[in-house]
Amino acid sequence: MNFVYEKLFGGKQGFIGLLILAALILIVFPLFFDIFRLNLIGKYLTYAFAAVSLVLLWGYGGTLSLGQGIFFGLGGYGMAMFLKLEASSAENTSIQSTPGIPDFMDWNQITELPWFWVPFNSFTLTLIAILTIPALFAYIIGAAMFKRRVGGVYFAIITQVIAVILTILIVGQQGFTGGINGITDLRTLNGWDITSDSAKYIFYFINCGLLIAVIIASRFILTSKFGSLLLAMRDKEDRVRFSGYDVSNFKIFVFCFAALISAIGGALFTLQVGFMSPSFVGIVPSIEMVIFAAVGGRMSLIGAVYGTLLVNAGKTAFSESFPELWLFLMGGLFISVVMFFPNGLAGLWDDYGHYVTRHFSFLSTLKNKLFKKSPSIALEAANDSNVSEQQMTKL
Amino acid sequence: MVSNNTDFTLAVEDLTVSFDGFKAVDNLTLYLDRNELHVVIGPNGAGKTTVLDLICGKTKSTSGSIKFLNKELTNMAEHEIVRAGVGRKFQTPSIYENLSVLENLEVSYPHGRGVFGSIMFKRTSEVIEKIHQIADQIMLRDELETEAGLLSHGQKQWLEIGMLLIQDPQLLMLDEPVAGMSVREREQTAELLNKISQGRSVLVIEHDMDFVERIADKVTVLHQGKILAAGNMKEVQADPKVIEVYLGH
Repeated sequence: MNFVYEKLFGGKQGFIGLLILAALILIVFPLFFDIFRLNLIGKYLTYAFAAVSLVLLWGYGGTLSLGQGIFFGLGGYGMAMFLKLEASSAENTSIQSTPGIPDFMDWNQITELPWFWVPFNSFTLTLIAILTIPALFAYIIGAAMFKRRVGGVYFAIITQVIAVILTILIVGQQGFTGGINGITDLRTLNGWDITSDSAKYIFYFINCGLLIAVIIASRFILTSKFGSLLLAMRDKEDRVRFSGYDVSNFKIFVFCFAALISAIGGALFTLQVGFMSPSFVGIVPSIEMVIFAAVGGRMSLIGAVYGTLLVNAGKTAFSESFPELWLFLMGGLFISVVMFFPNGLAGLWDDYGHYVTRHFSFLSTLKNKLFKKSPSIALEAANDSNVSEQQMTKL
Repeated sequence: MVSNNTDFTLAVEDLTVSFDGFKAVDNLTLYLDRNELHVVIGPNGAGKTTVLDLICGKTKSTSGSIKFLNKELTNMAEHEIVRAGVGRKFQTPSIYENLSVLENLEVSYPHGRGVFGSIMFKRTSEVIEKIHQIADQIMLRDELETEAGLLSHGQKQWLEIGMLLIQDPQLLMLDEPVAGMSVREREQTAELLNKISQGRSVLVIEHDMDFVERIADKVTVLHQGKILAAGNMKEVQADPKVIEVYLGH
């Protein structure tokens, strides 16, 4: 029990943080926002998958990827291809010169479904593809880079270049990919209308559940010896290598895992937003994902989620009123995070959080009530973490 | 190439490495017996650190052979050489500053070295016992929970030695282990080295002559990539060539 508690939730601090996040996205948001806003939050939370993946890869692993959009996009396109095929049944597309293939293929004089589209007729194969292809692609990139000991800024540039290449490829191969417009007009999932409000609610909760699962899985990895090794490699790569570890394998693994997480986010994005396009693959979204992680705190899995929500809320609010100013503001935000609070929101909370709890005493009494402690016991507990742990396990 | 098997722990034969024509190590032959504590000395630029780099695989040799327990090391990857039983300490203390002393030792513990092995690695009582045993040896038992970056310079050097000891290498290579240490710390380190060289071979690079005298079974003097003299400390110190290039300075 204690093992599970420490490993999966990261001890008391991490457990409380996760509880608060879960309460916020699972209870507070659905209660206070209508389905339109909730769907928007759901969209933001799909970016949070990419932000969490960057905490692992960049915050702990020290390897900055400026191409998480690649994997987000691959996941999103995988899901979009399945939904598009379902929307392109022979009856729905009877006016086309070749019925039964997606409309954009017909417009581009393609008369037969390309071979790589065929597996996406099956939902099972689609899910397998979403969970394996991005990770496999990351393995190829990672093995090619890390085995040759390419890292740091070179790695960042190469991932960015791959993101550009993929975008150009998608835009250029209009007949196979839907081009610049992306894959649109997605309606049903196994006959179930995905544009209905009830479907949106269900996707939102699936999204939240998976996000929490991803955070727990990431925490399990970070609290293991693997997590210590990531930090050790970031600090002194040679020392790790000369302690008998094949450093490149560890980097490849964390890159693949980050790709997998991002791809899950991408697939959920398509389901909730109802389309996928190359504008979620290229440089701009990839860099935005880095900003989300940086603002939230690149060493904090939960912070990355808050960072994503906050920046996107800001983006929506500002770009509704000052669309042309938003990009400057975003750039300014990134620079100020890097210069003034490099550990992001999570770092600010670690440094100044106790002021907040002190000045808003109701918060700490609430906390004590929550954990069934009188303030005096809470003080003792602060001195003796074993006591508080026992109290927590009773909960 | 010589390919005879020997009784030596380490047999370096005709080892040469050249960087753009400059021979940093030139036709070097060096043998280490079981349980021998061997010190390599020499002026700056003599190629001492390069020899260690070559043995542990950090630098690839141009020609020659390095055999560790009759196993050829020259074509092995760094981590394979470590797993074969060669540990190497770097010149500047190379520890993980953000991790605690305990975590530093745990990361160096020779189990769970694969990706999945490390994820499933458990801190069993066996691991803890080994960590405590090593911590006792390197005089850091009371600092297990301290963040390694906060240790003194000497303690960092010991910690790195401990990180090697926990892997129980057959050959331990130390690059200037007492550089920057106080007199008291040097004495403690000499004691430590004499203790840990029981049951394994140790190759040390050092500048401090008093320290060398205290620990060395055998001394090799390196000059411009070549061996100038070898033997015990007395013989080496009496050698006129050595006096000229090194000790006389």
